[in-house]
Amino acid sequence: MNTLLAPGDGLRRWWSERSRGQKWIFGVLGFGALALLPLYTPPFLDTPGISFGGTMAQFAMVAIIAVGLNVVVGQAGLLDLGYVGFYAVGAYTVALLTSPDSPWNQVGHGEWFAEDWAWLSCVPIAMAITAISGLILGTPTLRLRGDYLAIVTLGFGEIIRLLADNLSGVTNGPRGLNEVAYPRVGQSAELPEGVFSSGNSSGNANYGTWWFWLGLILIVAILLLVGNLERSRVGRAWVAIREDEDAAEVMGVNTFRFKLWAFVIGAAIGGLSGAMYAGQVQYVAPPTFNIINSMLFLCAVVLGGQGNKLGVIFGAFVIVYLPNRLLGVEVFGINLGDLKYLFFGLALVVLMIFRPQGLFPARQHLLAYANQARRLLGGAERKAPS
Amino acid sequence: MIGQGLFQHSWLAGDIGFNVENLREGFWQFTIDGLAWGAIYALVAVGYTLVFGVLRLINFAHSEIFMLGMFGAYLCLDMILGFAPSGNAYSLGVTMTVVYLGAAMLFAMAVSGASAVGLEAVAYRPLRRRNARPLTFLITAIGMSFVLQEFVHFILPKILPGYGGSNAQQPIILVQPRTQFEIFGATVTNVTLVIVASALVLALLTDLVINRTRFGRGIRAVAQDPDTATLMGVSRERIIARTFLIGGILAGAAALLYTLRVPQGIIYSGGFLLGIKAFSAAVLGGIGNLRGALLGGLLLGIMENYGQALFGTQWRDVVAFVLLVLVLLIRPTGILGESLGRARA
Repeated sequence: MNTLLAPGDGLRRWWSERSRGQKWIFGVLGFGALALLPLYTPPFLDTPGISFGGTMAQFAMVAIIAVGLNVVVGQAGLLDLGYVGFYAVGAYTVALLTSPDSPWNQVGHGEWFAEDWAWLSCVPIAMAITAISGLILGTPTLRLRGDYLAIVTLGFGEIIRLLADNLSGVTNGPRGLNEVAYPRVGQSAELPEGVFSSGNSSGNANYGTWWFWLGLILIVAILLLVGNLERSRVGRAWVAIREDEDAAEVMGVNTFRFKLWAFVIGAAIGGLSGAMYAGQVQYVAPPTFNIINSMLFLCAVVLGGQGNKLGVIFGAFVIVYLPNRLLGVEVFGINLGDLKYLFFGLALVVLMIFRPQGLFPARQHLLAYANQARRLLGGAERKAPS
Repeated sequence: MIGQGLFQHSWLAGDIGFNVENLREGFWQFTIDGLAWGAIYALVAVGYTLVFGVLRLINFAHSEIFMLGMFGAYLCLDMILGFAPSGNAYSLGVTMTVVYLGAAMLFAMAVSGASAVGLEAVAYRPLRRRNARPLTFLITAIGMSFVLQEFVHFILPKILPGYGGSNAQQPIILVQPRTQFEIFGATVTNVTLVIVASALVLALLTDLVINRTRFGRGIRAVAQDPDTATLMGVSRERIIARTFLIGGILAGAAALLYTLRVPQGIIYSGGFLLGIKAFSAAVLGGIGNLRGALLGGLLLGIMENYGQALFGTQWRDVVAFVLLVLVLLIRPTGILGESLGRARA
């Protein structure tokens, strides 16, 4: 079982041996290939029951979430089970500001936003508000022990959903908010509302594909941001906290402050993904933010490899793609697409026993000059860390 | 009223009430109903608390053990005792009802106890052998929770037609809620009596087992200091398995009592919310502390009812969560303190 789950190691090692320039080249090629995937879909990858572009758009959103959750869980070692709450805050911020069903609608003549730019203007607002909600939740709770933090965040995620459900004067309750704004770009005679509208539903370059491309750009931006943070003092503080909080504290790391940073940055990224969701689906309702999705996001991070930001993107792909691919495939009269939670639950259990570090384990960035040190040490570090 | 002035002109007016009058009028009724809920929470909370005391692990999948207990009770009534689901209650007379309920409870206890021990052996024991990090245990627990829920959701209906699936089971009602007597103007139904009395008996028994028997001493010893306990000849593995067994048995009992109160609640996802609340109850009383779990359960049940009376029915679940967060912030060790070993409970 151990060797069966190990192929990630080779890839991981190959990647970490590339120089920075080579990583850039391969990264650009990789993302370019990914971007072309919806246009030239290989038949074995296609999802028969559902639009491939839509699947990839969903993948992009979950990938953003996974990168954000990875900052919290993988980098700083804080188990956040209520991450879907931040996703919900982001989505509802956009929906409340732009949906005609909302009492706080700000789109139209004499209001804050022009229709064409409403979604884009709401994105930074959504990120700021989720970051603030992360601050509000984190300030009291991050002083708690790790396992308590998990339960409190779980409670937070559930409270956000219940609020969305119950405050029907504002959120329209279970009926949800319709006609959320989306970017109006590329209008033409056939597509009067632009390429991002749900009217653009035929062919390979449908609105899902366009949202996927937008998502890819956002992913790259976030990866650069998070990568820089990882290499900075902040990133080293996170690793120190994750490995041994007491030791980090003794070494003069202000653990509470850096944990709060991780929490707030993770929340803002979750809010960004939520804003994307609201724009793509153009409809926001409470059931989407069910707590079980939190577990699914966590599964993406754990599966890909906690702390490895490219690994968790792969994890997100597995989480989104497999259920869509298996949709409609029946075994013993059971639709395999339905069994996603069962499979992912099993995957979590099996991984935790045989490979707790995930498919693509993170390289430990304990040294600021890791590459030089590695060159000096030669092959000594090749022994797999346990 | 103070609250209404605050909310009168705001958009919240329709959504959050602040109805002190309602709470004052029905105070005793809310208290007594809250006790019935609290008794159920308390029994489930014991499972969280014992496992936490011994292993320092939040057994996230305990809510699924409870859920399996509900299905166990239903299966016993339906297949073994031959009651068909129907909209009307069976009226069998007090003695026979108690006998049938007792049989169903024993069966539910067996199902839950066995699945708790199985859960421990399949998921947690391999991790202990590998000295896994605490986070690893917690993620495994979440994974097992998924697996058990989805098993009942999709696989069980294929094995046992008519069981599991996306919809709740058709209720089998053995006891028609009927008022027995009144106290302070509040009515006490037979269901409430059965729930509170059974829970009380079980709680006393558990307390005796933990505090007075050799086996209970073993649990307390492992909770206090696993290494020394092992040196003194206590088999840690066996103690852990038995701890899960006790937690499972009590969850099974709670499951049957819950189906008396909420007959239409037997569904694959029915354990989740109750599990979170029982966990909150355990934290409220002091996790790892047996008597704390019992006290916390009762308190949570009552407070939830008061909250519901004040703010409106739809806020019931929010009350429990907010309470959990507040307890963790103000007094993370709970009312009675944390330790299973040291508190002699």
